[in-house]
Amino acid sequence: MNPPAPPRLRLAGIRKVYPTVVANDGIALAVEAGEIHAVLGENGAGKSTLMKIIYGAARPSAGEMWWEGERVEVANPAQARALGIGMVFQHFSLFETLTVAENVALALPGKPPLSELARRIEEVSQHYGLPVDPRRHVHALSVGERQRVEIVRCLLQNPKLLIMDEPTSVLTPQAVEKLFDTLRQLAAEGCSILYISHKLDEIQALCHTATVLRGGRVSGHCRPAEETPQSMARLMTGRDLPVCEHGPAAAGGEVRLRLAGLSHASDDPFGTDLKDIHLDVHAGEIVGIAGVSGNGQQELLRAISGEDIIAEKFPVQICGVEAGRLSAGRRRRLGLCFVPEERLGRGTVPSMSLTDNAVLTAARNARLVHAGFVAFGRARRFAAECIARFDVRCGGPQVEAESLSGGNLQKFIVGREMLQAPRVFVCAQPTWGVDVGAAAFIRQAIIDLRNRGCAVLVVSEELDELFEICDRIAVMAQGRLSPARPAAETGVENIGLWMSGLWPGADGSATETGRAAA
Amino acid sequence: MLRLEARAEPSYLMRWCSPLLAAALTLLAGLAIFWLLDKDPLEGLRYFLVHPVKDLYGVSELLLKATPLMLCAIGLAVGFRANVWNIGAEGQFMLGTVGASGVALYFAESDSALILPAMLAAGAAAGALWAAIPALLRTRFNANEILVSLMLVYVAQLFVSWLVFGPWRDPMGFGFPQTAMFHDAALLPVVLEGTRLHLGFPFGLAVLAAGYVFMNRSYPGFRMRVAGEAADAARYAGFSTRRTVWIGLLAGGAAAGVAGMMEVAGPMGQLTDKVGLGYGFAAIIVAFVGRLHAFGILLASLLMALLFIGGEQAQQYMNLPGSISLVFQGLLLFFLLGSDVFIHHRLRVGRAAA
Amino acid sequence: MDGALFTSMLFATVVAGTPLVIVALGLLVSERAGVLNLGAEGMMAMGAVAAFAATHASGSPWLGVLAGMGAGLAVALVFAFLALTLQANQVAAGLAVAIFGVGLSAFVGKPFESVALPAVPPIRIPFIADIPLIGEALYNQQALVYFSWALFWAVLWFLARSRAGLVLRAVGEAPAAAHAIGHPVIRIRYLAVLFGGAMAGIGGAFLSVFYTPMWAEGLVAGRGWIALALVVFATWRPLRVLVGAYLFGGVMITQLFIQGSGLQLDFPAQFLSSLPYWATIVVLVIISRNPNTIRLNSPASLGKPYRPDA
Repeated sequence: MNPPAPPRLRLAGIRKVYPTVVANDGIALAVEAGEIHAVLGENGAGKSTLMKIIYGAARPSAGEMWWEGERVEVANPAQARALGIGMVFQHFSLFETLTVAENVALALPGKPPLSELARRIEEVSQHYGLPVDPRRHVHALSVGERQRVEIVRCLLQNPKLLIMDEPTSVLTPQAVEKLFDTLRQLAAEGCSILYISHKLDEIQALCHTATVLRGGRVSGHCRPAEETPQSMARLMTGRDLPVCEHGPAAAGGEVRLRLAGLSHASDDPFGTDLKDIHLDVHAGEIVGIAGVSGNGQQELLRAISGEDIIAEKFPVQICGVEAGRLSAGRRRRLGLCFVPEERLGRGTVPSMSLTDNAVLTAARNARLVHAGFVAFGRARRFAAECIARFDVRCGGPQVEAESLSGGNLQKFIVGREMLQAPRVFVCAQPTWGVDVGAAAFIRQAIIDLRNRGCAVLVVSEELDELFEICDRIAVMAQGRLSPARPAAETGVENIGLWMSGLWPGADGSATETGRAAA
Repeated sequence: MLRLEARAEPSYLMRWCSPLLAAALTLLAGLAIFWLLDKDPLEGLRYFLVHPVKDLYGVSELLLKATPLMLCAIGLAVGFRANVWNIGAEGQFMLGTVGASGVALYFAESDSALILPAMLAAGAAAGALWAAIPALLRTRFNANEILVSLMLVYVAQLFVSWLVFGPWRDPMGFGFPQTAMFHDAALLPVVLEGTRLHLGFPFGLAVLAAGYVFMNRSYPGFRMRVAGEAADAARYAGFSTRRTVWIGLLAGGAAAGVAGMMEVAGPMGQLTDKVGLGYGFAAIIVAFVGRLHAFGILLASLLMALLFIGGEQAQQYMNLPGSISLVFQGLLLFFLLGSDVFIHHRLRVGRAAA
Repeated sequence: MDGALFTSMLFATVVAGTPLVIVALGLLVSERAGVLNLGAEGMMAMGAVAAFAATHASGSPWLGVLAGMGAGLAVALVFAFLALTLQANQVAAGLAVAIFGVGLSAFVGKPFESVALPAVPPIRIPFIADIPLIGEALYNQQALVYFSWALFWAVLWFLARSRAGLVLRAVGEAPAAAHAIGHPVIRIRYLAVLFGGAMAGIGGAFLSVFYTPMWAEGLVAGRGWIALALVVFATWRPLRVLVGAYLFGGVMITQLFIQGSGLQLDFPAQFLSSLPYWATIVVLVIISRNPNTIRLNSPASLGKPYRPDA
């Protein structure tokens, strides 16, 4: 009797220790040829670290890796690629100022001439339905196109194993379907795929098998087709998914935030220009903005917060005041509070204590400054209150912001902004990279704030989240904003279509922008 | 095998020990240099470490030298904390000497008690004015303040040279490139009988204290620190970048200008073309070695003053070029930057733990 | 202006611009890899004194150039160790190199301050040196002038055409991405910094052995800093470095010619001497005025430390 062929990839006892945390411990998994294998887990469960180890971008502290039956040690990504392992990164590893062909050339061994390479790029992109133009500069591409470049770059090396790290967070629901077709075609041709995600429905739709991680350890293996989302969620979090309490919005609140034809050219040459944006956010409602990242959300948030000052006063109105030319500090005094997407380095100063970070934005509203001097006593009490009320798990107000986990830091920032009794609350990616428990807490806090009569604007890439908490939803595409629809009267399908720029009343360029956004 | 391993948290102990480690390594390097030059290392050490402080007069000279260093350094530290890289304190220092000398020469006949305050104000204003050029060009035109402030050092040197060779040259000075000696009313009073230590030293200490209060207690100082640690956070909080740049450069310029005033109104007593003594550049090292903190700067300025005087002594008694003190200054900064790695890393023996 | 004066001014301009060309091209390469080395002044000073000493000892200016290059390399290695291996702040490490290099060169150069070297004869390129007006100025020049032109073409080709140049640009743009696809970021940055140091050393050697030829404290006189400004002025492109360097050479030479011409101007010599420094400030302002020019052209990771996560 012949022994069965060894699996393409087998891991045993993988352990990775960072100075502050054990990211992986005793991880074992096996992937067969042609198998689409999900690696599932919450943020911080150790998925990305494990993939870095397989791809040679990080070295394990202990454990064994077997490739087609041979024991291997992958010291660097070049070695991984030589074995036939390709990786598509969550945060793209592309070079903005170079062309697509140059980007591909950088990842390939040897020195293929660029014209020859361009031909091969076109071949592969046609075969797998991944249209890319090898001559274009990467900075001119949409996020979806960039991802296709990454995939094509991997495929040119004829990989036997393709690692996809959270690939769908940058895609519209329709584009996700196309990507899945490509991946199924690849698997049918014998390529193995390791698919990293925390989205249960996608895994059920695509993957043959799954390994679930929790807290750096394997909490289970399963066949997604035979599971329910609830059973997989229990494997992932160790408990049932919490649900927010959410009543209907109080009607008739006054307009607190009005965007009246906001247009603004981006400061960043690679950014997106805002075009004629209209939106009203009323007291006592939550408005959500959906969209694929890179369609102008960052620019919109900066224009609202005052980090970018715009040319005219009227397009941004906060509590009835024309605020377009006011600084971020002045807008805060009007009652605007803002939670930015980046927690370290923007929302907080990483090397400063939580006390100092309380002073950062609450100085005026919470009166933490007296006669030009910082009132450190008051600031410490403010930070302590924030820690207590928002369940921030940390050593106290004196610890540095960078020592907190993502979820706890987010709770601190959200708490700091909410404790200033905002009249308008703007929040970007409220639960991005946050564990399930903290995410539920933050969502509930946002709903409670709205119930107290605050006007809330949430920008998120997670459609599920927007549908869970928002009263109305608008979509951003190519620097334009769709009309806001009541969340109850629309659905994921519809919003997904709008994410390509195709909403009723969108102007004639909608088809073109739609293609670019896809 | 030795190996660096990242620490879970930066070490506070190392943050303050690393300057001491750097000083110790500079000392060792100094011994090696003397040995290489065929000089007796112990004798060298004696001239560098013991001789300068062997009596009260020596100590007073040390404090005298430390005064302009601590003044320039605390001003620079305000900017450095906010990532405003003014490296032209040398030029701002020279402009300070010019401003102060202008007042002293214009009122040469007067012995009003207001002359010294006027010189102080003029020195500070002239230094600040010189620093305002990079500030203006940075805030208005985005021009790099490092290069602009540095270029202005050369311009300032040429400007001083023109003054003392031209319009301000002392007609009775036998053609030497220097102004007339200042009147008594334009000289800082000595605070320690029998030495040259003048009022500038206690004044310098007061400025250090003010610098501490500004950086560590005041709200504008807090905003400067935020700007230096995380520019995006400062923008998010609504702190003005322009104001940060202006405060950073003007503080450095005014402090260096004051230091310049104290040099001409103190030990020099006149303006000459040799007024650029390198204090402005050395102050950069003082600021770093002092951890951009007022108390650290006090200690670092004393250490650096020791190197200056040691260099002079080595020149006088050991027949070595005076620039040896520059070599030691550079080494000190090298070793400091090297030692700083231990703030975030620790040294481990052996291979990576499995 | 008569022909002879034009020829001699053009000749002098090229000579004055040459050290700037060499040093700025070296700095350009290290900056394209993402490393800001503010220590150019110190590396040039060390290169100048080492070249002078070696030429003085051996009698061969070529050994001098080699020694200058070696000294620049050695200082750059110290910088690279601090900034790349130990992750020190690049601004601080660069300043340390500048201060240390200037100080050490003054220290070891003391014995040479009263020594003179014989002038190195220029190399005349047959035929084309006979072209009227420009022939004598451009093709009867020091060997290092020809070297600077070769260096220009080499850097141009390297950055625009070679695969290694592509990798270097990628490292300067996004080191984390370059690491992720398997390029040794730190090693590439080391090489780029060392190249910059070697060129700064050669530039210093040109000053002390070919240009003046003598050694004095302060010989470099800010040229290292001017070269740094030139790279910004050139928006990190080799051709503009060449143009900018000769523009500066022209400014330096013009003020020297005016001072030497005996023209009785109402203008103090010191003000004329400060022209190159003002010119540096002016070009910085002109080129930096539009923030997009800088942001689009400067290597995105310039001056930011990078440590591979392992």
